[in-house]
Amino acid sequence: MNLNINVDDNEKLKTVTLSGEIDAYTAPKLKETLLPLTQEDQAVVKVDLEGVSYMDSTGLGVFISALKSTKEYDSQLTLVKMNDRVYRLFEITGLTEIIDIETDSTVRGGM
Amino acid sequence: MSTLKMDLSSYKDLLKQYIETQNEQALYRAEQFSKHSIQQNISPDEIVDVHVQALSELYPDIPENIMNSMNFLLETMISYGLAYQEYQALREKQFELQSEISVAANMQDTLLSTTKPNVEGLDIGVTSHPAKQMSGDYYHFVQDQKGSVGIAVADVIGKGIPAALCMSMIKYSMDSFPDEQMYPSSILEGMNRVVERNVDPSMFITMFYGLYDQASNHFYYSSAGHEPGFYYSAKNDEFSEIEAKGLVLGVDRSATYKQYETLVEQGDMIVLLTDGVTECRAGERFIEREEISDVIHQYKHLPAQEITEQVYQHFERLQDFQLRDDFTMVIIRRDV
Repeated sequence: MNLNINVDDNEKLKTVTLSGEIDAYTAPKLKETLLPLTQEDQAVVKVDLEGVSYMDSTGLGVFISALKSTKEYDSQLTLVKMNDRVYRLFEITGLTEIIDIETDSTVRGGM
Repeated sequence: MSTLKMDLSSYKDLLKQYIETQNEQALYRAEQFSKHSIQQNISPDEIVDVHVQALSELYPDIPENIMNSMNFLLETMISYGLAYQEYQALREKQFELQSEISVAANMQDTLLSTTKPNVEGLDIGVTSHPAKQMSGDYYHFVQDQKGSVGIAVADVIGKGIPAALCMSMIKYSMDSFPDEQMYPSSILEGMNRVVERNVDPSMFITMFYGLYDQASNHFYYSSAGHEPGFYYSAKNDEFSEIEAKGLVLGVDRSATYKQYETLVEQGDMIVLLTDGVTECRAGERFIEREEISDVIHQYKHLPAQEITEQVYQHFERLQDFQLRDDFTMVIIRRDV
């Protein structure tokens, strides 16, 4: 299974739309795309995970790196529309407390 | 056939025999000949060369255009010969690396070895299998003089050698905690600072730490984003999730870890695991957590060690014996 990454790089809002699986094989590709975006000064980055059917812990590693870079560059990262299985992974690891996650138009997490 | 040498005369005889009789025997010998050539590092162009020479000796009147075509074939085979040499060199390198990795894996086993404690009244079982040669899973038992048992189960995100190296660091930091600070929340807070300072930002560790106080049969525990385990209540004959909230180690320096406690009754079981167990897939289907507790329930009459082994075998079968992730399960049961 593959991961498709689509980036809509708007001046104000950068939207990354993902579909497929995020695992040890596809995570490096995601990291290469996502980190340069969150490493832009004051960038606002939104990642749409609606099409992600599976993510393992290596995927979490990518989002943690991205989150750490937002603190360095004063940028923002929001994850939206993830399925329950993926959400559970963020929940178990305690990351819902520190990463902005929106599901069904409700904000579940906060900084 | 091992005496067969890459010499012209035997190849010529073989070729002649086949052209005249076209029998299976000659073909079989040709196959043996090629296997032998591979063993002797003889490249494909050398074989074509021998073939061309044998052919011109057997049939001196062979048309010139056929001979030319054979020489043409010889030229085209030369690159194959070179590729083959390269392949041989890589194979040797790979053998070297493999033996180095297995030395490292043995060293990891020695460095991370932990002894399952013998505690009166407790039945403890543990099974841990790496998906590759080196494991990113870790478990460790500590027993203090008062009879309390500490159990750590951890999982490094990332697999293979970097994860394994990281685990050695964890183990040595754990060993440096003084006995009186072995409470789960303080251990995880200490470990969090160690990991945050020393580990690459994209790498992080989940860890569950439990302390079983043998005198009072209380179990104290905290979790740093670790896959929740199960608690089996013998009285109700049912499993529940061991819920403990906490952030994975190495993300936020100031993270704190809540400590929970529970009274363990006779026959109750504490089941700790890593996500290699829950992330198990059967074909395209994921294993549901209930499936794990169902399997444990099925074997609950067995000693703890055998339960962990049976569960492992069950999920190994489901995955066609190809583990995708390291698998670790610890079971602690209060017997008396």
